[in-house]
Amino acid sequence: MTSLTLVRRVRARPSIVFEAMTTAEGISHWWGPDAGEPVLAAESDPRPGGRYRVRFRTTDGLEHEASGEYLEVTPPARIVMSWRWTAGGADPGESRVEIALRAVAEGTEITFTHARLHDEESRLSHEGGWVGAFDKLEAYLAEKA
Amino acid sequence: MVNYNERLDRTFAALVDPTRRAILTKLERKGALSVSELAAPFAIKLPAVMKHLDVLADAGLITRAKAGRTVTVRLRPQPMREAMEWLRRYERFWSIGLDRLAVYAEAREAEAKEKER
Repeated sequence: MTSLTLVRRVRARPSIVFEAMTTAEGISHWWGPDAGEPVLAAESDPRPGGRYRVRFRTTDGLEHEASGEYLEVTPPARIVMSWRWTAGGADPGESRVEIALRAVAEGTEITFTHARLHDEESRLSHEGGWVGAFDKLEAYLAEKA
Repeated sequence: MVNYNERLDRTFAALVDPTRRAILTKLERKGALSVSELAAPFAIKLPAVMKHLDVLADAGLITRAKAGRTVTVRLRPQPMREAMEWLRRYERFWSIGLDRLAVYAEAREAEAKEKER
């Protein structure tokens, strides 16, 4: 598992989902890992080269901030951005978030990918062989569990 | 005690090398092996294998026990489990976020439909 991919279907048209994912107002409604606290601050300039910054508090009381640069912005279909933890805990390096939106009968299908999740990986991702490592590992751990 | 992130770095760094992954795969199939048994299928010299074993041991991925002249190597899966959990944390983070995104976007959709009437 070299990256993490989530697929969701939402009963809203792609343009609405796109706005919710890219505007500061939209972002402030959904980012953050738990139900405890709302987003504290959100900034977003959704165009190639524009930046975003999101600050939020988790239920343990700690504040976290993530920020990065928009690399690709194609409304209402595709967003690519760099991602980095800039406050609240150790910095595992820069990773990449890719979001694809596709119109489906009930609304929008979101394919959300967080890739290059680790320094070692982003440095060595072009080196062959890495991709399978986590697949094997997962199979191994499943066997032992 | 090294911190969590340093441990993760070591695990990922250890796993990124194909020879080291081959060593782990072999250990995973056979359980415990002596160093010479482990080195046998690889087209590299014993000292190079020893270096790889050092890296794996530093990352906590193997243990080595010496009995007489034989060193027995065993797999230790805990650091891999930790690496998996680290990835799962990201999964949880985004999964919960996307649930909330759905609620928000669906409310906006309902408003838009209302206006269009």
